[in-house]
Amino acid sequence: MPSPSRRRFLKISAATLGAAAAVPMLHQASPFANAASAAGPGTVTTIPTYCEMCFWKCGGIASVRDGKLWKFEGNPLDPMSRGRLCPRGTGAPGNHYDPDRLKRPLIRSGERGQEQWKTVTWGEALDYVAERMKKIAAEHGPESIALWKHGTGARFFEHVMRAYGSFNKAAPSFAQCRGPRDIGNLLTWGTGLGSPERTDIANARCLVLIGTHLGENMHNTQVQEFAQAIGNGATIICVDPRHSTAASKAKHWLPIRPGTDLALVLAWMHVLVKEGLYDKDFVAKHGHGFDKFATAIAESTPEWAEKETGIAAGVIRETAREMARHRPATLVHPGRRVNWNGDDAQRARAIALLNALLGNWGRQGGLFLAAGMKVAPYPFPKFPEARKPKVDNPDGRWPFADEEVTTGLREATITGKPYPIKGWVVYAANLIQTLPNEKETIEAIKKLDLLVVVETHPSEIAGWADVILPDTTFLERHDDLYVGWGRQGWAALRQPVVPPPDDQKPAWWMAKELANRLGVGEYMPFKDMEEYLAVRCEKSGIDYAKFKREGIVMGPKKPITIEEGAEIAFDTPSGKVEFFSDQLAKAGFDPVPKYTPPEALPAGFYPLVTGRSPVHTFSRTQTNPLLADLVGENEVWINAATAAKAGLKSGQYVRLKNEDGVVSNRVKVKATQRIRPDTLYMVYGFGHTAKGLRRALNKGASAAQLNTRYKVDPLMGGTSIHRNFVTFEKEA
Amino acid sequence: MARFGMVIDTRKCVGCMDCVVACQTENDVPQGHCRDWIVTEVRGTYPTLEMEIRSERCNHCDNPPCVYCCPTGASHVEPFGKTVQVTANRCIGCKACLAACPYGARFVHPEGYADKCTFCLHRVKEGKDPACVSVCPTRCMHFGDLDDPKSEVNRLLGSRKWHTLLPEAGTKPRIFYLD
Amino acid sequence: MLEITTTRHNPFVDPQLAVWGWEIPVYLFFGGMIAGMMILAGIAMLRVARGEDPESFFSVQTPLLGFMLMNVGMAALFLDLAHKLYVWAVYLTFEALSPMSWGSWVLLVAYGILMASALVRIGDSWPWLARTFPIVGRLSAAVETPSRLRLLAFANIGFGIGLGIYTGILLSAMVARPLWNSAILGPLFLFSGLSAAAAMVHLAIRIFPGRPAPQGMVGGAFAAMWQPLGPRAPRAGTENALVRADVGFLGVELVLLALLLLGLVTAGASQIAAAQILISGAYAPAFWGAIVFAGIVLPIALQLLELGHRIPHTVVPALLVLAGGFALRWVLVNAGQASQILQSASR
Ligand SMILES: Nc1nc2c(c(=O)[nH]1)N[C@H]1C(S)=C(S)[C@@H](COP(=O)(O)OP(=O)(O)OC[C@H]3O[C@@H](n4cnc5c(=O)[nH]c(N)nc54)[C@H](O)[C@@H]3O)O[C@H]1N2
Ligand SMILES: Nc1nc2c(c(=O)[nH]1)N[C@H]1C(S)=C(S)[C@@H](COP(=O)(O)OP(=O)(O)OC[C@H]3O[C@@H](n4cnc5c(=O)[nH]c(N)nc54)[C@H](O)[C@@H]3O)O[C@H]1N2
Ligand code: SF4
Ligand code: SF4
Ligand code: SF4
Ligand code: SF4
Ligand code: SF4
Ligand SMILES: [Mo]
Repeated sequence: MPSPSRRRFLKISAATLGAAAAVPMLHQASPFANAASAAGPGTVTTIPTYCEMCFWKCGGIASVRDGKLWKFEGNPLDPMSRGRLCPRGTGAPGNHYDPDRLKRPLIRSGERGQEQWKTVTWGEALDYVAERMKKIAAEHGPESIALWKHGTGARFFEHVMRAYGSFNKAAPSFAQCRGPRDIGNLLTWGTGLGSPERTDIANARCLVLIGTHLGENMHNTQVQEFAQAIGNGATIICVDPRHSTAASKAKHWLPIRPGTDLALVLAWMHVLVKEGLYDKDFVAKHGHGFDKFATAIAESTPEWAEKETGIAAGVIRETAREMARHRPATLVHPGRRVNWNGDDAQRARAIALLNALLGNWGRQGGLFLAAGMKVAPYPFPKFPEARKPKVDNPDGRWPFADEEVTTGLREATITGKPYPIKGWVVYAANLIQTLPNEKETIEAIKKLDLLVVVETHPSEIAGWADVILPDTTFLERHDDLYVGWGRQGWAALRQPVVPPPDDQKPAWWMAKELANRLGVGEYMPFKDMEEYLAVRCEKSGIDYAKFKREGIVMGPKKPITIEEGAEIAFDTPSGKVEFFSDQLAKAGFDPVPKYTPPEALPAGFYPLVTGRSPVHTFSRTQTNPLLADLVGENEVWINAATAAKAGLKSGQYVRLKNEDGVVSNRVKVKATQRIRPDTLYMVYGFGHTAKGLRRALNKGASAAQLNTRYKVDPLMGGTSIHRNFVTFEKEA
Repeated sequence: MARFGMVIDTRKCVGCMDCVVACQTENDVPQGHCRDWIVTEVRGTYPTLEMEIRSERCNHCDNPPCVYCCPTGASHVEPFGKTVQVTANRCIGCKACLAACPYGARFVHPEGYADKCTFCLHRVKEGKDPACVSVCPTRCMHFGDLDDPKSEVNRLLGSRKWHTLLPEAGTKPRIFYLD
Repeated sequence: MLEITTTRHNPFVDPQLAVWGWEIPVYLFFGGMIAGMMILAGIAMLRVARGEDPESFFSVQTPLLGFMLMNVGMAALFLDLAHKLYVWAVYLTFEALSPMSWGSWVLLVAYGILMASALVRIGDSWPWLARTFPIVGRLSAAVETPSRLRLLAFANIGFGIGLGIYTGILLSAMVARPLWNSAILGPLFLFSGLSAAAAMVHLAIRIFPGRPAPQGMVGGAFAAMWQPLGPRAPRAGTENALVRADVGFLGVELVLLALLLLGLVTAGASQIAAAQILISGAYAPAFWGAIVFAGIVLPIALQLLELGHRIPHTVVPALLVLAGGFALRWVLVNAGQASQILQSASR
């Protein structure tokens, strides 16, 4: 009888128990208790803090029962969570209890990348880091040490390194994520859309999602508003090669051929202009270069787009008219991670123009004007002048990048040009999984004299480190305030809920200790974060004691839509919405977005596109016991008919091989109707290879590993993630 | 006396499993087990598809076979909310109730007794919603008294078409899914 | 096209119900066989009470064998319990709707009946006991009056039938499992139990046909179970009677099995799917091979040949019947767990 063995289960849980002596969630309920009251409360205290399971930063309230972390729930005062966290936030206690966490500082004892370590004290680890940094600074200058960062905790590392003269830095959240979108919108409206996006999803009468897979993409507030829009009966149009969760809620699902969205958006605009359905008042009042724009898209007919996208011309017309019917409460979501094809800023710009045609700027159900609040900075001494330009974007190679370009920094490290980069400090960015083409990342690492990785987990990037500094999880530390922009400004407090389980230290403490050792201690003049936060609050007129109890302070309410009395203005060179972009023309780019078809597929290959699992964040939660229990590995989605032809069945394992011969770890097939016959899909973040990630090791396949061939957006340096082709290799 | 039930709006549910994670932490559900789970049902052939996503758990059936088959009375109908509950220290772990439940709602707790969703009575007694209901980011779950004609659950049932799971099993489930 | 996925992942529930392994089939098999033995014993006791066939003790002592086998079955049941320390909770209550509760109490009474029945002629079958504990002899004499024997016989028959049917009802009460949810399961298990009982007794007298039995404490106990006639050989005809009975029971069993399948395939989609598990699915080889052919058809054929004196009596048919009886429980318990009410494809 094939049955999951109880003994095996007990063994597994015993092993996990052994590994983490204090894992109360494994076996709490007593056999003598009534199951109905098994969750009998002990002494429960609650502490508000904001979540960092992803970067949305929802306000939450942690419950501590008998001194142990019990659960993490939404803070009703917080405008992001509105009292409800997403599954990853709810699963945050799993991060605290994760037996795979780093526990103590480590210094490499074997070859780089061999993951061999000796445990050291904090003093030894920090002395080692400071000495090496000083050596690099002496030989090459302090700017030859760069910071990779993602997450709130990087704040004081950035600060201390800047004080030391190390101003080179980069984050994967620009070129690998929302960068193309921000630049496309910046070029059009004169401003990016920020995070959280200023999208009034809740009040949209018609919501257009292009790729944006809300419901799987669990950016909490967006998902909540998405459900509100569904509840209000909004018309949803979803463009996705895959029948995403969002597609299942849509009136129109447009299963587009990957990489051809720009053709669709151009055709939509063509219909709106040709049929005179766009917001003529808005365009007349606020548009720049509309006629040239109209001429440029004159050929982009639905019939033309049908050939490119696979979406019937009739459907393109019908959906365009539907959008027009509901304007200005029609919102074409600008997207978040839009680096799909390497020409994404232009697509993002086209989407911005589509929104402009619908006249939804500053409108209810459209793109509202975000409001913020003022919180005084801490009175730090002034930084020394930077002596050289940054290395990541030499000579404005990507002229419209307004943040650092990751692959630029990586390339400079490899080439040593314009000047050598000899040290990396990596804070919470698993570069091996995050950046395209891990080979280049490893090549860069090999050029380094020092790689410091500040991590909670023995991730892939940590495996290459010389020194690993074990960070606390967000539930165990103070961080800087989060001052948010949205419908109303607010500030959120992060404070420790439970002590770190082992010898982990908070990021601010590490930075402060490092500052002392680097001789820039005066840049971290506060005793601890309590003092730092109290000063900021006091200078801003915020009652710190109350803040600690409530976790959130709200800023003033301001009008954010024209309906509420807000005024709109555009910070572009023309002072208007740039339908035709003179700056792009001047820099030699298409002033109105132009479509180029994706390259043809080699026979037998399929484009591999990626997305999110609702219970995981990137490559950082796969060892979280609570979340891994729900989704322990990813699956490769294959259209059922395609699978049948290839002789593949659901549940069977295959390996994916890309056009460069890179073969993935084995991954389960999901044969489904829910995807185009010519496209494969996989959730990103699995396929871990770091030995220390015991629960996640070799579970599923890594989309990043297969992302060897990537295109770089000429406007701003965004790197494509969907431009690799793969085929299957059957597993015996 | 109340008769608790749930109404879940399948149009809003996105299958994010937040309800599952919340139940795990709230109720210390042992790892590798779950009291609630997500089912997706896709009908049709590409590209004409319909998908329903459901958060499922014990239905606290009005006609509960799991209670009828229990030899010890461990599985019983609790007067509070007429919910179906298990008294752990009366349960012998015979698993008849697992076999009797058409919904696969029960499991054997590693400590030996039958376990399942309690409708979070410990929270409901404090006037709160069950953990899964209160966490749901889409607010698609509603908990309340089916015997109170004025309750929100009854209002929703009156306002929309709905279905229950496996009605042919004759169990009279008390979780209703709005179509 | 219907594509269903679930995130549920409870051990023993997913991907399919697997809460009952070998223990419950063993328990059901022994339960059914003991039920059959009680019925056979009851019939024999009635004849003894009437003064007919006073030598035909073959079933008079089977209660002792039944008593011991009952312990084996109960041990299997106990092993299956996941919360063993709480087993006493069964006897704190009587749950009128729970077959298992009924079963628990019926088993308790059956224990008593078996113990009382075991007293009959205990002095003959286990002299050591009667010698060592004179009270046993006195009790034995006390139950051996015709009226008490008759009472005991009716108790054996009544509770035997109850126990036999219960072993089927235990499963058939599960509405959730279409394969089990049939009224035929009770009689099916009853007749299967009877055939197993006949086979078991036949086996006993075949293996130990009246050799002088050991008399001591341990040997005597074994002899009492396995060699119910003590030093006397079974009468000619006893064996034939058993074989004839067995053929009859097996025949009825075959008809009931056919009715079970017929009932399923003529019902809804879930029932058809359930029947398919036996007819052509994962359990088809065991069903057709071990139960229908080796467990019923073949022993019927062999035993008919034996009755027609074309082949000599052997233990082979009895062993086949016993194995088939266990296979029936094992297959039904497992295939039943694999069967479920299906979500209908259209709504
Ligand atoms: N192939 C592919 N690549 C992608 C994407 C994709 O979809 N596919 N998505 C892109 C996008 S949108 C983004 S935003 C980026 C995300 O890029 P990253 O932010 O680099 O993502 P993670 O892989 O989660 O790596 C974060 C690391 O930080 C560690 N960590 C988590 N919490 C803490 C903490 O509190 N302190 C410290 N010190 N460390 C911590 C984790 O263990 C993990 O190893 O990836 C991009 N790269
Ligand atoms: N649960 C969870 N939620 C998250 C995150 C997480 O890690 N986990 N990360 C957060 C972050 S930092 C980001 S940036 C966002 C990313 O989330 P989004 O911006 O919503 O999504 P993308 O990753 O850009 O796109 C994924 C979707 O695009 C579809 N797609 C792929 N190729 C194409 C194409 O050519 N055209 C079209 N139209 N669609 C295509 C895929 O099928 C998939 O449904 O999610 C955020 N939310
Ligand atoms: S969206 Fe989820 S993971 Fe991200 S901050 Fe909010 S609750 Fe945490
Ligand atoms: S939390 Fe809500 S939206 Fe998410 S799966 Fe559960 S019921 Fe559906
Ligand atoms: S769903 Fe199952 S466990 Fe819950 S009451 Fe109904 S039959 Fe019993
Ligand atoms: S396992 Fe426990 S609750 Fe279930 S039927 Fe047996 S005794 Fe009752
Ligand atoms: S009601 Fe409570 S016990 Fe039941 S599924 Fe929801 S959270 Fe879990
Ligand atoms: Mo991102």
